[in-house]
This record gives sequence, structure tokens and C-alpha cells, in this order.
Amino acid sequence: MTDSTVLASGSVSNGQTESSVGTSRVKRGLAEMLKGGVIMDVVNAEQAKIAEDAGATAVMALERVPADIRAQGGVARMSDPDLIDGIVAAVSIPVMAKARIGHFVEAQVLQALGVDYIDESEVLSPADYVNHIDKWDFTVPFVCGATNLGEALRRITEGAAMIRSKGEAGTGDVSEATKHIRTIKGEIRALSSKSPDELFVAAKELQAPYDLVVEIARTGKLPVVLFTAGGVATPADAALMMQLGADGVFVGSGIFKSGDPAKRAAAIVRATTYFEDPAIIAEASRGLGEAMVGINVADVPAPHRLATRGW
Amino acid sequence: MGGSPRSVGVLALQGDFREHIAVVDGLGSTGIAVRKPEELDRVDGLIIPGGESTVMDKLSRLYGMADAVKAKIADGLPVYGTCAGLIMLADTVLDAITGQQSFGGLDVSVRRNAFGNQLDSFETDLAIPAVGADPLHAVFIRAPIVETVGPKVETLAALDDGRVVAVRQGALLGTSFHPEITGDTRFHRFFLSTLG
Repeated sequence: MTDSTVLASGSVSNGQTESSVGTSRVKRGLAEMLKGGVIMDVVNAEQAKIAEDAGATAVMALERVPADIRAQGGVARMSDPDLIDGIVAAVSIPVMAKARIGHFVEAQVLQALGVDYIDESEVLSPADYVNHIDKWDFTVPFVCGATNLGEALRRITEGAAMIRSKGEAGTGDVSEATKHIRTIKGEIRALSSKSPDELFVAAKELQAPYDLVVEIARTGKLPVVLFTAGGVATPADAALMMQLGADGVFVGSGIFKSGDPAKRAAAIVRATTYFEDPAIIAEASRGLGEAMVGINVADVPAPHRLATRGW
Repeated sequence: MGGSPRSVGVLALQGDFREHIAVVDGLGSTGIAVRKPEELDRVDGLIIPGGESTVMDKLSRLYGMADAVKAKIADGLPVYGTCAGLIMLADTVLDAITGQQSFGGLDVSVRRNAFGNQLDSFETDLAIPAVGADPLHAVFIRAPIVETVGPKVETLAALDDGRVVAVRQGALLGTSFHPEITGDTRFHRFFLSTLG
């Protein structure tokens, strides 16, 4: 397998009877294995190692954490390949990296660097305000953000193998994350209660393919893993997301913008596994030092909200 | 499958434990998410799911789960590990992170991420006579490989090039791949048939 050339989804010869790489099952399958875990934003190899040692299921490589992108402004892009190589070399857990919305060349570069997952992310500055990346074109799987069910289904239609609710990244305010996971879960429940003849108009209203809408109505869940992101800063925040039905949690600025990243990261991991056990969440919440300072989402003027990027 | 319904614990610290529970339930036994040592006393067998072995290791040592699982393995509890679960059952883990431990029990050495990164994850058909004549469709996701096999370990499946991907030793069963996400329940039925 290691000697095989892998460019797009298809069959390869690795001395094995007909094997396939880059299939939906393989792409969605990695996200299944990340469930119940915490994926942490890191900007360099040192942070990646701290995250791995604290029990992250994967790390997300980016140039600046969302809080800094928000504070410093300017155009946020894919990380320098040297930084990504350093992170890949530093850890044994999966490495994700962010590409700009619609920037399929950044995605090609990230795939060439051998990352395990690409996040087509609203946290970076969009490269295309009309189209997202055609994710079926890639062997590497993609995760995409969504604020509601229709947006999630459009991303899945484009080939996303994992969805994360967006929240409002870089704020430390969990309210938007709560809103988005509740919205997605609520819209799925609403679909499940509809009669078959109502699903045609439901597909129209969701602006999503009818077949996918029917599948959601029948199964009562997305066909891919649903994590949550954006504003999670404490163990209790992570457990809240899990109790609201998330399969796992992304933590961005919340860890490395806090007083004691290693301790906070381990505590959030613990609260994510034992999300139904308040005594353990209490124990995990003790003595963590300063949380990230944070900004109330209500104080962020609409043009500076990241969740509105992507459609 | 004959016999009375069984309670099968699925280690639910992290990973795709819900998929295993669904398969077990679908086969007429009861899958139970297990996160604490006392919950192990209620089960006739244990499944360690796919996920990140580094995370399972850390969390299992926090509240005494690692010692409890090791004691159950020593007592002969049937345990089946898939992917990360196979790593947790291996006596020796290669390419582990510093300080990483496993439960052990299988006299094998297992290499983590042996095929490479996610671009090298794949699915293929495997001949596994122990579970039936038809090939089993197997999904390998950043999968481990069994590199060395002790004298008491039976190899159940290997790739065409000879690399070992399914083993059994006494009551312990391990696979590099994930039968819980393909809909082919033969491996789970095979495991359930070994429960006392």
C-alpha cells in the first residue's frame, strides 16, 4: 500500500485482491473512529504534541487560531507546508488542516502533503463566494461547517464526509454552537415526523437533494458524523455539546488561549467521554486556571461573524 | 446462533462504540456501553471498538478501567478488539507514543498506522475460513498490522502479501479492520458464539 500511487478515489494494486482507496466508506469511516473525542486546533508541532499527550483524537493544523484571526484581521489562509509537515511528523494521531472555502488548490496541496482530513473552513477567508470545493474529486476526506440542516446536506452533496456545526469561532462564547447543533438536530427531528408526500416540499425548503432528505427522514440522522465547533472553552461546554447530541467536539482557541493548555485539554477530553456524569465534569473543571478571555457573540458586529461564511 | 441472549459490553471511552452496540443488539444480544470498572461485572464479553488507541489508553487509566479490563482478561473474559481495540489487546505496541500502554493479553506485536495516513486507508475482500466460505468485505482505516505472532496465537486472516490482520488466542480476538461498519455481521456472530 505504501508504494501505491494515490490521486483520486479508485482501485489500487497493493498485492491485494482488488482494494479501493478514497471510497465514501473509508472517508466517513475515519470520522466514525474520531467520535466521542476532541479535535484540537494547533499552530505548530509543540502544540500538536501537547494536544496528543492530553488525549486529542486528532489535531487541526492552522496558521493562527480563530481568536488571533479575529484580533489581527487580514486574510487568513492555509498554513505553510513546513508547519503542516512539522505537525504531521510530531504526532501519531490524525492531522487535519484547513483550506479556504472554494480554494480547491489549497486542498490539492494539503492532500499532497498527506494530511488525514481537510476542513473547508469559514474560519479562513473564503476564496470563492459562490462555489464550495467539489470534494468528490479528492481521496482525502473533508469536514465542512454548517449552521443548519440544509447547509449540512449541501456540503454532504458536494462530498463532505463529516459535518461540524459552526458556532462562532474564536469567541469562547458557546451560544452559537448551541444554536447550530440544536437547529440541525431539531430540523432532523422535524423531517422524521413528516409524511412521505411532505418530503418533496421539505427538500425544496432545505435546498437539498430529495433523496438525501428522504434518507434523513427515514434514519433520523445524518449519513455522516456530526461534531460541533465554535466557542467551546470549558469541560462543561464540551459536555453540553455532547448532551445536545454532538458526536464529538472541536476546540479551537479555547485550549491554547487559556492559562494552562495541557491541563485544560485533558479536562475537556475527560468531560467529553463522561459527558453524562456531572460529578466527573465537576472534577474535570477544577483548578484549570484562566479560561480564554472571550468575546460575547452579541458584541461581534455582523460583518465580522465567521458563521455566515458558507451557504 | 443458539443459546440465551448475552450481555456484551462495549468499551465506550471513545470511538465507534455505538456501531458495535447496534450490531450486537441486531444479533439478539444486548450491547452495553461500558465506561466504569463496575459496569464490567455485568457483561459476558467485551468489545473494544475502533478509535484512537492513545486516547483509549489515557482514559482507561484515569478511573481504574485499565486494571479492571486486565483483570477480566486474566479471568478469561472473551474480548474482541477492532483496529484500536486490537492495539489495546496486543502485548507489544510498535510506533506507540511515549508512555503509551495497552491492556495486553494477545501475544502479538502490533504496529500502529502500519499502512500510512488516511490516503492509504482502503477496503478489500478477505478470505476468513473461520467465519465462512464467502470472502468478508473489510475496511482498513489508518489500520494496524500484526507484525509478530506468538506460538499460541492463531492467525485467522492475512492480506495476499501475508501481513496478518486477524488473530485469536484463547478468548481473545482481534482484527485490524472494522466489521462493525460494513453490515456483514459474521465476525460479531463468530465472537458471540465464543461467549460462555
